[in-house]
Amino acid sequence: MSVAPTTRFTDGEWHRLHPATPFLRGGLTLVAIVGIIAVNLRDVIINIIFEGGPGRDDDALVWITENGFVGLLLLGVLVLIALLVLGFYISWRMHTFRITDEVVEVRSGILFRTNRKARLDRIQGINIQRPFLARLFSAARLEVNVAGQDANVRLDYLGSTAADDLRRDILRLASGTHIAPDSTGATDAAAAGRIAELLAPELDPALAPPQSVVTMHVGRLLGSIVLSGSAFFLLVFTVGPILLFSFTGEPVALVVVLPAIIGMGSFVVRRFTKSLRYTIAGTSDGIRVGYGLFSTSNETLPPGRIHAVQISQPLLWRPAGWWEIKLNRASSSHAQGAAGQANTTILPVGNLADVKRVLELVLPALVDEPSIALLERGLTSRGGSSSDGSSLDGFENSPPRARVLLWFARKRNGYAHTSGAVLLRSGVIWRKLVVVPLARAQSISIEQGPLERRLRLAEVRVHTVAGPVVPRLGGLDAEAASAFFRSVADDVVASGTSDTAHRWRSNEASA
Amino acid sequence: MSLEPIDTDATAWRRVSRKYIVVDVVSYTISGVILTGISVIPGLIFQWSFGWAIPVVVGLISLVVIALTPRRVRAIGYQLRDDDLLFRRGLAWQRFVAVPYGRMQLVDINRGPLARALNLSELRFVTAAASSTVVIPGITSEEAESLRDQLVSLAESRRAGL
Repeated sequence: MSVAPTTRFTDGEWHRLHPATPFLRGGLTLVAIVGIIAVNLRDVIINIIFEGGPGRDDDALVWITENGFVGLLLLGVLVLIALLVLGFYISWRMHTFRITDEVVEVRSGILFRTNRKARLDRIQGINIQRPFLARLFSAARLEVNVAGQDANVRLDYLGSTAADDLRRDILRLASGTHIAPDSTGATDAAAAGRIAELLAPELDPALAPPQSVVTMHVGRLLGSIVLSGSAFFLLVFTVGPILLFSFTGEPVALVVVLPAIIGMGSFVVRRFTKSLRYTIAGTSDGIRVGYGLFSTSNETLPPGRIHAVQISQPLLWRPAGWWEIKLNRASSSHAQGAAGQANTTILPVGNLADVKRVLELVLPALVDEPSIALLERGLTSRGGSSSDGSSLDGFENSPPRARVLLWFARKRNGYAHTSGAVLLRSGVIWRKLVVVPLARAQSISIEQGPLERRLRLAEVRVHTVAGPVVPRLGGLDAEAASAFFRSVADDVVASGTSDTAHRWRSNEASA
Repeated sequence: MSLEPIDTDATAWRRVSRKYIVVDVVSYTISGVILTGISVIPGLIFQWSFGWAIPVVVGLISLVVIALTPRRVRAIGYQLRDDDLLFRRGLAWQRFVAVPYGRMQLVDINRGPLARALNLSELRFVTAAASSTVVIPGITSEEAESLRDQLVSLAESRRAGL
């Protein structure tokens, strides 16, 4: 099996990164340091130029100029800069990577060499980030996420189009297909191409369906931020001290306000600018999520990398009908996700139609008519059971005696088990639905404390990789929960063995 | 009603060694004595008239925990089913976990000083989810090693993606 390389990077040989890399990575810090020194020396330099000598004599620099060491100093600075440039150059020369049919491998470091390999079939996601400065140079940072904490392979920086091509090739190698794609000669006229790149939307039109399935409206985004918990705290922390000031005239109260406003304000602004150009689309190699206004980021999640999904609705969002979707993933990226939150938030805010379209992408096994109806009931249904205890809406809900533990949510608190997934519905004030694809579940447990035993109740937990979603459901009828536990335990085994999502295209015909 | 989620074939459960009761009693006694000692301090510092009550309560709780140890150890059990490992423990707070062999990431065998003197080991079955880690304490070292080899070969034949 040989895969015809479409970029020059996937030929299994060692390659170097974008030549501007040292500048983009460390150069800014250097510029800043030089700037700070220049500002501090401004007075001395002005004095030297206009008055023929330094003004004050309490300075080390003054001593240096008076004793005629200026030449020596300049020489030292030059040597230092030369050494730094040389260091950057050598580290760039020594930083090489290669992509073979099995692994992505990076070697770096001058004195302390590191060598990092990521197996392609273990890839959890590929992220292309373009910080603002790097965009000006038409460079991009490619990050290959594999399972585990801080287990990412970073290639920063690459040429912008090269990064896009490389991502496509890595995903193709990882998908287990043996078909070489049509080689699309992605060459562009340098200047025009760069401008187009700077202005282009995040989704590569050749790869993704042109339309993002969700459009982020400015009004909705603002509304969701205003109605979120952080905005509430901002209000409390500003209005409170201001009221205190107006009553007591104590200026200390205002001092407390400023840091809070600055901190919260920058958080809100960052969240806003990051979410503004949010896009999400399904491609043949997984879900692609892009966001960012100045610094952009664009992540591809291959199929079968989603371990749990949570759709939730804070109370204040309910009148507007907005929802938020979070995921559990096996990898954790340095990069922050949409809305400046962890990249586990796949939909910062959206209405029911948006939620349905995103769920179609993240839960490709639940797209048939009954499953969609079930998901929708999981979101909005009030729940409840008929008098003989049977379910009304496809979910097995908590029995009436669970009222002791679940004061309000008793009727809605329930579970459903479809082919290959469990749905755990809870919360009547803070509505929440957790969906776990059982092929990804690690294990399942059932628990009962003393009070629950008296009430003949039990709690079921589905264990997944660590993340913001914790799939658990308490206050269930003990016997029903036991049956649920048994059937899910069997299904976890069955879906685990039949699952081939991690080599999602291996069934396609071989060339 | 006690929780019996699995086909209630009591003989299918493999129990841990009775000798493990000694290990647990000793470790709970040590921690109980230390905690009782520490709980004396606030009463001495603040000169409360009821300061003596705190160590008494802590000591009593420790005694109850120690007294229940034999039952708690007898409640620990595991079953090697066709495709998954089933584990149970707990008296008041009962917990049953079913972990498919294919999800195994690694198996650990640990021995504390006291357990080693009694030829006991502790086997840890770890998956990608921290919360599903199964710890089987108090099995003989030979049993732990054969169980580990058995689990590894079972996991190998049922390997699943992450």
